[in-house]
Amino acid sequence: MSFFEVIRFSLRGLSANKLRSALTMLGILIGVAAVILLVAVGNGSAKAISDRIEALGTNTITVMSTGRGGSSSTSLTKGMADALVDPELAPDVKSVSPVVSSSSATMTYEGADHAVATFVGTTPSWFGASTTPVGAGAAFTDDDVDQGRRVVVIGRTVAEELFPGVDPIDKQVTVGGALFTIVGVLQEKSSTGFNDANDTAVAPLTAVQQVLTGYGALTSIIVEAADPDQVDAAQSQVSTILNQKLDVDASSNSTPYRIQNASSLLETQTETADTFTTLLGAVAAISLLVGGIGITNIMLVTVTERTREIGIRKALGAPRRVILTQFLIEATLLSVLGGGLGVAAALIGSQFEIVGVKPVIVPSSIGLAVGVSVAIGLFFGGLPAARAARLRPIDALRYE
Amino acid sequence: MKPVLQVTDLKKIYGTGEATVHALRGTTMTVHRGDYVAIMGSSGSGKSTLMNILGALDIPTSGQYLLDGVDVSRLSDGQLALARNRLIGFIFQSFNLIPRTSAVANVELPLAYAGVKPKERRRRAMAALDTVGLAARADHEPNQLSGGQQQRVAVARALVTEPALLLADEPTGNLDSKSTDDVLQVFDDLNTAGRTIVIITHEDEVGARAKRLIRLVDGAIVSDIRQSPIHLPPVGAGFALSGRHTR
Repeated sequence: MSFFEVIRFSLRGLSANKLRSALTMLGILIGVAAVILLVAVGNGSAKAISDRIEALGTNTITVMSTGRGGSSSTSLTKGMADALVDPELAPDVKSVSPVVSSSSATMTYEGADHAVATFVGTTPSWFGASTTPVGAGAAFTDDDVDQGRRVVVIGRTVAEELFPGVDPIDKQVTVGGALFTIVGVLQEKSSTGFNDANDTAVAPLTAVQQVLTGYGALTSIIVEAADPDQVDAAQSQVSTILNQKLDVDASSNSTPYRIQNASSLLETQTETADTFTTLLGAVAAISLLVGGIGITNIMLVTVTERTREIGIRKALGAPRRVILTQFLIEATLLSVLGGGLGVAAALIGSQFEIVGVKPVIVPSSIGLAVGVSVAIGLFFGGLPAARAARLRPIDALRYE
Repeated sequence: MKPVLQVTDLKKIYGTGEATVHALRGTTMTVHRGDYVAIMGSSGSGKSTLMNILGALDIPTSGQYLLDGVDVSRLSDGQLALARNRLIGFIFQSFNLIPRTSAVANVELPLAYAGVKPKERRRRAMAALDTVGLAARADHEPNQLSGGQQQRVAVARALVTEPALLLADEPTGNLDSKSTDDVLQVFDDLNTAGRTIVIITHEDEVGARAKRLIRLVDGAIVSDIRQSPIHLPPVGAGFALSGRHTR
């Protein structure tokens, strides 16, 4: 009896019990789809978190003063920022951007005014370090900083408030009684938390100090490391230089400044996301187990119910091998078809947002889910069939 | 000439200890080619056990069974399958057709296992169905057929491989008198055509049509009567043949 014939027998066997075949496939489909989708949702949310953190800039270090009351001995100064640009002592530092910021600046244009949430005074390297690229127009230059030119790059929210439907570039606005020329508009930035990241304006450090904040302490220094892998090295170099400048004892625990490192934040968040993925993976494993038990159950029932049929076939002279092959092919077809449909269902499902998360399929989860389901289907479809095919025909016929 | 089947001191014991049942207590018999043997006995006399062993569906506890001169106990699983397929046509009391499968597909099944090509298979299956007068119902599934028709499909399935030996385990036990007549008529015709038939029954009129009648009591043969000569057609064949064609 040819293999092709056995396949035809299997197809006939499956179509003779359409409802049962469909239910078996449905069970496998749900098991496979659930596992793939659950892992995809976990992966998707982890990816969303890391994307959001990467948007903050992964290779930057923010140095902030912890000093209170403006004591000059503990505040960060432009001099310190300049000292960090040192190829000898800080080889892993790519750029240093001193930052002053004001939260009380009001921008006025032709009678309309807008209170800018954060008015930043810095150097051009800030745009790269804080991953805040300029969308329209241009950033100001180092020359602008040196000359203290009153130019400003405004955020999207500011542009919409003051210049609805008008191109703001080259327009002049009044800030703190001084005229600033708008040279650029920042690209829209996704906001985290309650602050509107687009409600901002960026101007040369010198101009902002002159007009708004005065020549006092810096609010912060943003240091960009040469490479995301060298953030830790850059951080220790920065703290060594700062300790020296601020006369901090190396053994002292408390420093008058605080260093924030985006990559350590990212690490923590990634760990959280990993935990989340592991948790979902565990849920998926359980659903795979439950799905597997479902498959096992229906396969056992199917074969047991057909033990009598196996007896008839044996009595008619079917060799054990042919019976076994037929049942294995039936189990394979059910498992593979069910698994394939499950993958298709999962792929379709992953196109939609699930509880606010865009699922991202993990390819290995497809292999795992399909592999386990097919293995379970084959094992529990094949094993009882093998047992029944080994029975004496009369025992199989008498089987109830 | 070798006998079609020959059993010597066949014993079959079920269970152990106090629950032991001796279904066969040393049965010895020989059936020659062309014979039509009816085995009668009350329920529990061991006739079904004997039949299952003769059909190579079961194995005896002890004793020897020669099928066409070959010791069945020495056959491998594959050879047994071959023997069931080629040498024996088995007809069950409960028909044992495969459900949700058309009559012709049921009849084709032994041919499929014998490796016959689909076209040839279909032709021979239809011929076999024609022999039992059911060619018009070839596409009906078992649950669309009456008991007598199902039994005749089972007979067609048993004879489609043209086996030398037809074994029937109470083939008329579940049938009304009309269907019984139909099925027995087929047996008479087959025997006339030279097939060896062994049939189990508890109905006297069925036993009366056979050429040889064996009575079994408590797993042992108590009588073995030759009712008509082995080389002549069975008693029921003549008038029934004419009757069948007028139907």
